[in-house]
Amino acid sequence: MAAHQSWAYTDKVKDHFMNPRNVLRDEDYQEDGRGVVGNIQCGDEMLVVIQVDKEKGVITDCKWKTYGCASAIASTSVLSEMVKGMTLEEAYHITPAQIGEALGQLPEHKYHCSVLGDKALRAAINDYYARHGMEDRIEREEARLVCECMHVTDREIEEAVVEGARTFLDLQERTKISTVCGKCKEEAANLVRAYLAKHFGRSAS
Amino acid sequence: MNPRYVYLDHNATTPLHPEVKQAMQEAMDCFGNPSSLHGFGRAARQMVERAREQVAAFIGALPDEIVFVGSGSEGNNTVLSILGCPVRHCSCEHQGGRAIVTTAIEHPCVQETARCLADRGNQVSFARVDHLGRVDLEHLESLVTEHTGVVSVMMANNELGTIQDVRRAADIAHKHGTLFHTDAVQAVGKIPVNVKDLDVDFLTLSGHKIYGPKGIGALYIRRGVPFCPLIRGGHQEKGRRAGTENTIGIHALGKAVAMRAVEMAEEAVRLRALKAALRQGIEDRIRDVHFNGDPDNSLPGTLNVSFPGAEGESILLYLDLEGIAVSTGSACASGSLEPSHVLMAIGIPIEHAHASIRMSMGRDTTADDIDYVLERLPKVITKIRDMSTAYARK
Repeated sequence: MAAHQSWAYTDKVKDHFMNPRNVLRDEDYQEDGRGVVGNIQCGDEMLVVIQVDKEKGVITDCKWKTYGCASAIASTSVLSEMVKGMTLEEAYHITPAQIGEALGQLPEHKYHCSVLGDKALRAAINDYYARHGMEDRIEREEARLVCECMHVTDREIEEAVVEGARTFLDLQERTKISTVCGKCKEEAANLVRAYLAKHFGRSAS
Repeated sequence: MNPRYVYLDHNATTPLHPEVKQAMQEAMDCFGNPSSLHGFGRAARQMVERAREQVAAFIGALPDEIVFVGSGSEGNNTVLSILGCPVRHCSCEHQGGRAIVTTAIEHPCVQETARCLADRGNQVSFARVDHLGRVDLEHLESLVTEHTGVVSVMMANNELGTIQDVRRAADIAHKHGTLFHTDAVQAVGKIPVNVKDLDVDFLTLSGHKIYGPKGIGALYIRRGVPFCPLIRGGHQEKGRRAGTENTIGIHALGKAVAMRAVEMAEEAVRLRALKAALRQGIEDRIRDVHFNGDPDNSLPGTLNVSFPGAEGESILLYLDLEGIAVSTGSACASGSLEPSHVLMAIGIPIEHAHASIRMSMGRDTTADDIDYVLERLPKVITKIRDMSTAYARK
């Protein structure tokens, strides 16, 4: 039964899946910041809480809970280890690619699962800033409307790429972008290429 | 390495029956082309026709009403594609309506074929099901019009195990002068299926769901109903399916149904008892569980259950680490972001759909296996719920 010895994911993913680190179990955890993203209707939800050394601006502890698949569990587990000792600034700019690297590799269709962890972490850091009168440090992730007819934003395009859109046509199938007047087509195609390069380090085929 | 394996995914596929395996090994040297007139060909022809008789006998058909196909999916694609063919003026025997009426819980091979035909201009409609997965026959009837070419209703659902009243659905189709097809891939070999009692015009079955090999299925075509091949260019199967016959697969399918005829009835009683024990054991050991499907009228070995707060793919993979194989209706496992269309169609909350697993037992499942699952499953659910945002510890 050789197949039983292999596994759906890398050894690193398997290890974090079997023995998740830093799961939030303490009901009275003294958090300095809290972030929740996703929702259970979509099939995954992520909670990240952090403790911060206020003098140094360094994350001293990170705990989490998730409702999600093996990739979500493993990526948040590894993320919680990575951020301890990081400055808020550093932690804020962790990318899904870095998480993926720390785990070895995630299957491509599982990539979106790892995005939730760093989103929740940024939400927790923003929450910390808000609680401590540092609103000026919050980086607003505001969306810009690309397709006016179908109301598709650059954020939605980025999400579609992360979730599997590889070409303009993929994007159009998912978002109905550029199906009315068509004037945003070129910009949308350029954004697909840019987000592919950002998340996967390659351009559209 | 795990000391123990429990395979509870028989609705996905089954292991070869030992006697089927032996029959296949014995048939390996019978290499002739059944279309050849010489002795090699005649030997292969004899093997194919013997299997045709076995399959026909098992479902109450005549041998010439059986066409061997490459899979259940091919059988289903064939029926919908030919009866829903948008071309009107050709030599095809089928000159009736072209609209398709099917249901919300069909296998993707039916649903996607129907949608493809809709894209080509056909009228396609999907009948609702109730909360147990039973097709709403009144709604079905309301969808049938003079333009309907075929009504297609699956006999037993792969995810829920719910069994449909196929006879009544067929009566509705015939009352309106249209043809009736049933995808019986999950039903044949698990519960009694007789094409005459069911009064169906077309029926699809598959080999690998009943301890036969993959890559072989059969399509029942009632004598006299219009037909037109999907795969063309050969006289095989009386011109109904071109391509040199999969002689070993066909031989194996014949053996598989012959073994089902011997084992099915007794096995169904045994599996129903095991399922009842599994269900009761889960209820006793795990709180907040929801069983999906029709408890009174479902396949003997199929149990679908949701564990709110525990995501299905996680359950599947933690059970896999314990050597237990199940499947899930969660979106995450499928690679898409949508949960099972079947679970959505029966109207359960979407978070229950993401939290569902299907356990399907078979001829090799034992009471010990169920005990082992009942020992490991509660630990897995507790572990997942313990780290879940969606589950408050009570």
